[in-house]
Parts: sequence; C-alpha cells; structure tokens
Amino acid sequence: MIELENVAYSYGGGELLTDMTLTVQPGSFHFLTGPSGSGKTTFLKLCYGALQATAGHVRLFDRDVRGLSRDDVAVLRRKVGVVHQDCQFLDHLPVTENVSLPLAVSGQDADHATADLKELLAWVGLTSRAEAFPPELSGGARQRAALARAVMMSPDVILADEPTGNIDWDMSKRLLTLLVELNRMGKTILVATHDLSLIRAAKAQVQTRVLRISNRRLQTAGVDL
Amino acid sequence: MKFDLRATAQMLRFDEAADRVVPPTGFTARLTVFSAFAMAFLAVFAIALSLAAGRVATQWGEDLARSSTVRISAPAGETALQTEAALRVLRTTPGIIDAQPITLAEQRALLEPWFGTDLLVDDLPLPQLIDIVETDEGYDSAGLRLRLAAEAPAAVLDDHARWRQPLINAATKLRLLGWAAILLIATATAAMVTLAANAALAANAQVIAVLRLVGAKDAYIASAFVRRFALRALTGAAFGTLVGIFALFLIPTGSDAAGFLTGLNIQGWGWLWILLIPPTSGLVALVATRFAAARVLEELA
Repeated sequence: MIELENVAYSYGGGELLTDMTLTVQPGSFHFLTGPSGSGKTTFLKLCYGALQATAGHVRLFDRDVRGLSRDDVAVLRRKVGVVHQDCQFLDHLPVTENVSLPLAVSGQDADHATADLKELLAWVGLTSRAEAFPPELSGGARQRAALARAVMMSPDVILADEPTGNIDWDMSKRLLTLLVELNRMGKTILVATHDLSLIRAAKAQVQTRVLRISNRRLQTAGVDL
Repeated sequence: MKFDLRATAQMLRFDEAADRVVPPTGFTARLTVFSAFAMAFLAVFAIALSLAAGRVATQWGEDLARSSTVRISAPAGETALQTEAALRVLRTTPGIIDAQPITLAEQRALLEPWFGTDLLVDDLPLPQLIDIVETDEGYDSAGLRLRLAAEAPAAVLDDHARWRQPLINAATKLRLLGWAAILLIATATAAMVTLAANAALAANAQVIAVLRLVGAKDAYIASAFVRRFALRALTGAAFGTLVGIFALFLIPTGSDAAGFLTGLNIQGWGWLWILLIPPTSGLVALVATRFAAARVLEELA
C-alpha cells in the first residue's frame, strides 16, 4: 500500500531523513513518534506525494511517486485521507462544503452524496454544526470535520499528522475512537504523534505498530511506551 | 509551460462548486473590472479613429484618384477661347468620361468656407477651372499635357497626385496608429489582469494548499481563477464599451466643413469591431490568467 525503500529527504543542503525503509500493509494501524522537528510531518508528506524523496523510492498503491506528474499525484491522493494538526479548511465555506470538497475536486456530484455526507457528519458528531464555518468551530470539532473530509472519498489510507495536538484529552479519545473504527472497517491508519498517552490508549483497543524517528532514521519503537 | 487551448476552453465551463472554492477578493476584482472598463473605453476610440482614418484614406485614394482639374490662367480676352480649346482636347482624350467647366457660382461655393459669403468673386483674378471625370483605367497624363500645351497653352493639368499622396500616406499611418493603440490596449489589459491574477493567487496560497490536499488537479484550481478573471474582464469591458459608444454619440455629427474630427463615428461593419471588444477582453484575461495560474501553481508545488 505504502512502501518506502531507502528513502532520504534533503532540504537546504541538510539531510532531514535518511535511509528509511517501511512497508505499510493494508488494514494496519501505525503510529509514528519522535520529538518535535524530527521529521514526522515530512515523512507523512513523502507518504502521500506532497514531497518528493531526494533518494530512494516511495511507492503509493504500487506506483513510484517519483515518476508521476502532479496530476497523477493528485489522483492518487484521492485514495489517501489526510488530517493535519492545523486542519486547513476553506474558511469561507461551511462545514458541509468543506467535508464534501474531495468530491467536488474529483468531479463527482456532491448533491448525490448528501445522504453519505449527513451520515458522515453524524458519525463525527457534527450534525448540528453542519452549516457553521470553520473559524466558528472548536479545536476538537475542527479535527473531527477534518477527519470527516479525509474519509469522504472512502480512501484506503488515513494519514493523520498530530491530530490531537490542539485538543483536550477527552476530545483526543473521541477522535481516537473514530480512527479505531475506521481501522476496524479495514482502513489503513498512520498517525504521527508525540502523545504517548494516545498510543497507549490505542494499543488497548487495536493492534498497532509504533515507529519512531530518531537521528533522521526510522526505528521500531520498543515496549516501553 | 505548455498552453493547451482545449484545456483552457474547458475551464470556461460553468462549475458552481469550483467557483465557490476561491473566496472573493476585493481589490483584485475591482482592479480587473476597472482596467477592463478603461481599456474598452479607450479601445472604442482607437477603433473609431482607425476606421475614420481608413475611410479618409479610401476616399482620397479611390474617389479623388478618378478626378483631376485643368486650370486656365489666361488674359481676360483669351480665357473663353483657351477654355473651348482645352475642352475639345479633353473630350477627345481616351480615359476621360466627362469634362465640365466650373461655373462662377460653383467657384464661389468652393471659396466660401475660406473667405465667407460676402466675397466679390468677380473682383478676383480667378482662373477658369475644368473638372475632369476619368474612367477606372484613367488617361495618359503625359500625353494630355503635351496636347494641352499645343492646343491651349494657358491650360495646366492638375491630377491631384502631388497633394493627394501625402494625405493618403498620413491617413494610412493614422489608421496604423489606431491599430497599434488597440494592440497596446490589449497588452496593457493582459498585464493588468496578470498582476491582479498573481495577487489573487498569492493571496490564496492557503486555499490552493487545501485543494491540493484533497486531490485537486492544477487545471481544477486554475479554472476557478481563470473563469473569475475572464468574467470580470468581460463585465468591465462591456460597460467600458457601452460608455465609449455613448461618448462617441456625444461628438457632433460631421459636415463637409468640419472634416475628419467629426467623422469619428462608427459605420456599417465597423460596429462588429466594437462588439468584439468585450469578448476579446474576456479572452485576453482568460489567457493571461491561465499563464499566471500555471506559473504560480508551479511555484507553489
């Protein structure tokens, strides 16, 4: 599904990530940890084609990202739901339109997906905030809206970058529950976080694999979590 | 950067969802509409100038080319005889349809714009003029001059070439100047729209990032901007053209005496050029925004 083979990424003359090899199997649940600035976000961006590796190969759905045009990457990205810490919404559009944005950009008629959209908003607990604008939402509601948008196209993979970074513990647990539910539906989940409590809570519910970025390299984390 | 005409044309397809993804931006919208308005207004006058110059060049080039004049400056007693002799020569010259002496009343009418109505023509030593109408092929002016010199020595042939050609040249250059102005106006419109589009794209870098995050292709992102700017330019140019036409109607209509300046109006097929201003402006904005979007999206990638 996602394969990294001896991947390195350099920027501004310095190597941020080096010699990274990983195979993310379908239906798996991965956590990626590491201190701030260790390159977790960069790693995720390499995984969904937002950045190009400076060495090695990144394969997304068996296609080497390096040889793809921007349009090809855009099409592949529709199979990957991404949730960022800062969410990134179109602030002038209500929640419903933000959540259905992946449908609009892929040329699908959002009107025909109204039932799915309502179901999705109910699932993330945002039915009553459907017509609100993103700046009017709390941090937790924004994260849930971002998750709803990420799964709108029913992607095979969900990548989340510090999804609980700006929300309280109760809301973090709620978001984790949604991610675990998605994993039980067969979705592949990869979450970058430095929140060890979240990882422990997830381990209690679902089988996970924990990776750590240390000294620019990817390592499997031990059981001390 | 490759310009794909088909892909660009597809961008014009109405897509409400795509149009909504870019928030309305105040100053770039006003800048584009106002620029298109001003440029279209100026284009109306540039086209009117060019068409009027073209008409004048045609008139001087074609209409006057088929006429010429014989001037007889002889002592009072010989004028009638010389005129008769000249007329005989002219009426038997191949290439001349008609030759008629200009009467005193006609001479007075010709001089009135310059000397007023109370001119005593009889007191002036005016030459006798003979108006010649030629066939399309014209006559042999060198041969005619030789015959006139033999039969009516006081007759001087003036085929208007000496003063007509500089005027034709001037009118032709004025027409070219008009089209050059139109080209400059189109270029300036493109430059203004490009500036506005660049500003709008830069201001919406976050929007572009979100769209890319959810899998939008460059063409989808560009189309939202291209449609918007093309529509703004079309709207501004339509208003500018209307106001320009209204201003043209405010110019007094021409009289023979008023000449070129009052002939600055649109006639017949000329209206087609005027009607082309708004769609051309929209097209220029479309192409300019397409290039600006392609460049900015490349930079933001």
